[in-house]
Amino acid sequence: MIESTRFGVYGGCFVPETLMAALEELESGFRTIVPGKEFREEIDYYLHEFAGRRTPLTFCRNMSRDLGCRIYLKREDLLHSGAHKLNNALGQALLAKCMGKSRLIAETGAGQHGVATAIAGAALGMRVEVYMGEEDISRQALNVIRMKMLGATVVPVTSGSRTLKDAINEALRDWVANVRDTHYLIGSVVGPHPFPTMVRDFQTVIGKETRSQILAREGRLPDAIVACVGGGSNAIGMFTPFLSDSTALFGAEAGGEGLDGRHGATLCGGRPGVLHGTYSYLLQDAFGQILESHSVSAGLDYPGVGPEHSYLKDSMRVTYRPVTDREAIDSFLYLSKTEGIIPALESAHAVSLARNIAGEMEKDDILIINLSGRGDKDVAHVAAVTGVCV
Amino acid sequence: MTTRIGKAFARRTRPLLIACLVAGDPGYHDSLALLREIDTAGANIIELVMPFSDPVADGPVMQEAIRRALMSGMNTDALFSLIRDFREISETPILILTYANVVMQRGITAFYREAAQAGVDGVALADVPVEEADPFCRAACDAGIDPILFISQTTSEERLLRIVSRGGGFLYLVAALGVTGVRGEIDPATIECIGRVKKVSSFPLVPGFGIGSQEQVRAYSRTGVDGVIIGSAIVNEIHDQVGQPEKMRDAVGRKVRDLVASLG
Repeated sequence: MIESTRFGVYGGCFVPETLMAALEELESGFRTIVPGKEFREEIDYYLHEFAGRRTPLTFCRNMSRDLGCRIYLKREDLLHSGAHKLNNALGQALLAKCMGKSRLIAETGAGQHGVATAIAGAALGMRVEVYMGEEDISRQALNVIRMKMLGATVVPVTSGSRTLKDAINEALRDWVANVRDTHYLIGSVVGPHPFPTMVRDFQTVIGKETRSQILAREGRLPDAIVACVGGGSNAIGMFTPFLSDSTALFGAEAGGEGLDGRHGATLCGGRPGVLHGTYSYLLQDAFGQILESHSVSAGLDYPGVGPEHSYLKDSMRVTYRPVTDREAIDSFLYLSKTEGIIPALESAHAVSLARNIAGEMEKDDILIINLSGRGDKDVAHVAAVTGVCV
Repeated sequence: MTTRIGKAFARRTRPLLIACLVAGDPGYHDSLALLREIDTAGANIIELVMPFSDPVADGPVMQEAIRRALMSGMNTDALFSLIRDFREISETPILILTYANVVMQRGITAFYREAAQAGVDGVALADVPVEEADPFCRAACDAGIDPILFISQTTSEERLLRIVSRGGGFLYLVAALGVTGVRGEIDPATIECIGRVKKVSSFPLVPGFGIGSQEQVRAYSRTGVDGVIIGSAIVNEIHDQVGQPEKMRDAVGRKVRDLVASLG
């Protein structure tokens, strides 16, 4: 590897030897192809003319009045596919195509990354196979149908907890066996180097747009930004352009039933170790066996987290707090009723944390919430949990 | 200092059989009995897999065995205890195969020191390439344990030289692209890789992954390798006989004897 593989002590390249050549090839492609004029023009075309960037930064009058500060939503829910995942899927798929790969594989939890990869594969003419835990397939039926309609093959994963973690295991096994023609399109800022850096770079468009939008609108930077953190790609994409500023940054983790019960709050309730190729905070037992995570939102139901988040936690640049299932569902309904926007359950965690933080802010303070996805996929689940008949 | 692994290769008159079991599969006492069985059946070196919950380098047979072992309560304490129990009756070299996090959570130095005290001779980590290997190799050498590193047909010349210079014991050749599990034929790219490695190193070279039949073992022993590692094919015999300890031991013993016989 030519570039640094670490964020402080976190990150690295903990993979079987068989994958090292593929990771070196990928790093080299990322370093040489992505900065080139041809690639930039092509990806800009897809992001703007195909995916619908740039996404709005919406001032929320009702919430601002209700919570007592100036609240904006970065509307990744309005991106084609319904979530920020497409920024990364298009970037990696285009890179893989430039590198001569013909097949894309991906893991998915909530199904949003699977859908985004299926869309990118269809648009760029590449075969797509998506690994998805059986548990998630039943929780996210709508996205499974979307992937199939987009021409992707959905491979059910029956090992382990049958969720995102096990889907990543299976995708890694597939990649080890098929490295020559296949690119593993990881959906978050997790995995071995260069994935955490590469996925961050493809998602940083969120933060760059937000920065110029808020400066144009308010003439100054925000006082605080909130994003949800599972693997952490929407949060890193939003935070990166603000890291050297004084803006307070907050990550909302999946608090599940609370930190005493089952949860997915890796940074708040875990400790560092190695999973899926990277050294980062993990949910694990005393012997280093990985624990099953839990969250009402499949997209946050992961016992690891991106290594850069571990670095940002230890350096105290970002504050991470858990949001319980119950609080997330409450904020899902709150945003729907207050602003007429149905958020993804993942993003509802960020809304919930923002509602808490707003209490500590002044009337003219600016608070931006990264609304990473829309909630259509979660409507049936929330209806069932809250006892609403559909 | 030469470990028991180094001595075994130095003394060899034919390629060695490295036979693999998952520690605690299907339970602690069965596992100890199986270790004795493969030892008396003629395994030259024993590879003992310390289970990890997310074994990305392993195929379905090993995953299932790892699951059985974890369900039976296997953990790092029990692993060292199992090896101490085995050491009371045998001096056959043992290497542990596991994943980075199991070692890290024990504390890297502590893991290798405890392993050496229990009677372990080598440690291989399935998800630690040479780029990440330094702290593990240092602790291994301080404890008198061979740090065993992997190579594969996709390993470049430059990395091969780095691996040869840092590793100990033998070179673990991943003989098939993909996860563990028995396959039919020897990949021609692996044969080519054996030639490439033998040109730059006199270090013992041992293929593993995908080897299960006597025909494959015979074919490999003609390629000039110093041994073969048999994992899933042995562990699969356990899978078929869970709940019947005697049949399980017989089946595993028979498999190992057949494999030893085909090494000539």
